Amino acid sequence: MPWPLLVPALAGLAFLVLPLAGLLVRAPWATLPGRLAEPRVLEALRLSLVTATIATAVCLLLGVPLAWLLARTTLPGRRVLRALVTVPLVLPPVVGGVALLLVLGRRGLIGQWLYDAFGVSLPFTTTGVVVAEAFVAMPFLVIAVEGALRAADQRYEEAAATLGASRWTVFRRVTLPMVAPGVLAGAVLCWARALGEFGATITFAGNFPGRTQTMPLAVYLALETDPDAAIVLSLVLLAVSVIVLAGLRDRWVGAA
Amino acid sequence: MNMKAHLVVERPAFRLDVRISAAAGEVVALLGPNGAGKTTALRGLAGLTALNGGRVELDGAEVHHLPPERRGIGVVFQDYLLFPHLSALDNVAFGPRCKGLGKAAARRAAAELLDRVGLAGHAHVRPGRLSGGQAQRVALARALAVRPRLLLLDEPLAALDAHTRLEIRAELRRHLADFDGATILVTHDALDAMVLAHRLVVIENGAVVQTGTPGEIARHPRTDYVARLVGLNLYRGEADGEHVVVGEVRFSSAERLTGPAFVAFPPSAVALYRSRPDGSPRNLWQVVIDGIERHGDHVRVHLRGPIPLLADVTPAAAADLDLTPGQDVWAAVKATETHAYPA
Repeated sequence: MPWPLLVPALAGLAFLVLPLAGLLVRAPWATLPGRLAEPRVLEALRLSLVTATIATAVCLLLGVPLAWLLARTTLPGRRVLRALVTVPLVLPPVVGGVALLLVLGRRGLIGQWLYDAFGVSLPFTTTGVVVAEAFVAMPFLVIAVEGALRAADQRYEEAAATLGASRWTVFRRVTLPMVAPGVLAGAVLCWARALGEFGATITFAGNFPGRTQTMPLAVYLALETDPDAAIVLSLVLLAVSVIVLAGLRDRWVGAA
Repeated sequence: MNMKAHLVVERPAFRLDVRISAAAGEVVALLGPNGAGKTTALRGLAGLTALNGGRVELDGAEVHHLPPERRGIGVVFQDYLLFPHLSALDNVAFGPRCKGLGKAAARRAAAELLDRVGLAGHAHVRPGRLSGGQAQRVALARALAVRPRLLLLDEPLAALDAHTRLEIRAELRRHLADFDGATILVTHDALDAMVLAHRLVVIENGAVVQTGTPGEIARHPRTDYVARLVGLNLYRGEADGEHVVVGEVRFSSAERLTGPAFVAFPPSAVALYRSRPDGSPRNLWQVVIDGIERHGDHVRVHLRGPIPLLADVTPAAAADLDLTPGQDVWAAVKATETHAYPA
């Protein structure tokens, strides 16, 4: 094996694995069970899981049709559209949070109207957390699903059409089942991204325990006051990620 | 059911412009080499490729402005395109479901069709686990399940191995005979076309070059491609009563005609001699052996001379003549097997 490849490869591997190992080494294993049962931890964990899951559902509901639009139609300006969709992917999440505030804040372009018409105010609420997470995570889903749609053999859709299927039926009964692995992969990426969301959430939804304080926010806060608690929370996040990855490994890694 | 179509599809380096018709119960084969436009024509009929001109009529009603799902045209695709996530039964039930039938009723109809193609026992198998022949039959059942007025088959046997092909061809012929709508079959295989179709439409370079019954086409090819398909030597020349003049060669033929004419004869009508035969048969030339190949149970000899020529001789005759490429031989064609017809 040529060493110019081997040495950086091993260094890269160590770089990725060592910090996680450090987390395990420094964890306060003796007091772990007690700390895990702390209401603050459980609350943050519950909030994180619930908001990430709802955000993923929202992304699926909006993102799959959006991916279909990008992959299956010949809209003028489709390339610009795709570029716009991917902006949140490269945008610093904090900027995303600021942008959300400007649009959906109580004095925002849409937020003002929402508040006047329905008395709805999104910032600094749990719904706001979902909005922030969905904003940041949706591009992951859209890109994964669009890729799956492009890779899928469109002739199956033609075959369905000759059997009398409308475009909606084709999508529901042929396209969607055939790209299901891609949708699943996208949803997992999306969920993981939503679970780890920090910048947009803290900017748009704030950091209120029980309402908007998700796990990453709790970790950050705990690091200042109680480093051991931060490690415990980080471990939980790590465990959740690993469990999800392991659970979907065959379908996801196998399909990718 | 009556189908009449004029299909025009324009591509940067290709133009398809063909007229096709088919009556109820009739099987018409679109026969042609790869790239001739057969599949494009089929897609145009089905509505999967937009036409740049022309029209498609079913029973006098125009359908070419309708999307594929509203044309009532069934298609069996070349690689079948069975939905991989559905069982054989649900593949066949897909069309009836789209037509608004309930799940149970659609499945009953599908089960009946699967039974008809002899696959009742495979109803719950996914397409990935069906053999090529089975998949072909499921695809046929799926296309017939929507009771199409017109059935289109795109190279229905091309994906099968030689043995399965024989079996499925006979079976397909039976199913097509039972089908009361019109059938258009696309193939580049002359045998498939001859066995399955009542009428052939030969397409080359996007245009129809010959139509007729399999018998007519086999006896009177009008292009080199068709002549090769049906295994005949074919020449175009000028007839003057008893002879047809092709270049410097004068053919005596069984027919009498005048004007532009084709001359055709099978390679088996050509006899080869080491030296000029006695009694001088009428169609006799000196030729050079270009190549020799095994062809079924005989030897096919490629000859060049005043006209290019294929000759079939028995292995014994080939051995006796000691044929080698580059060698000069005499070729004689029996006038009784030489057919001339107007060009």
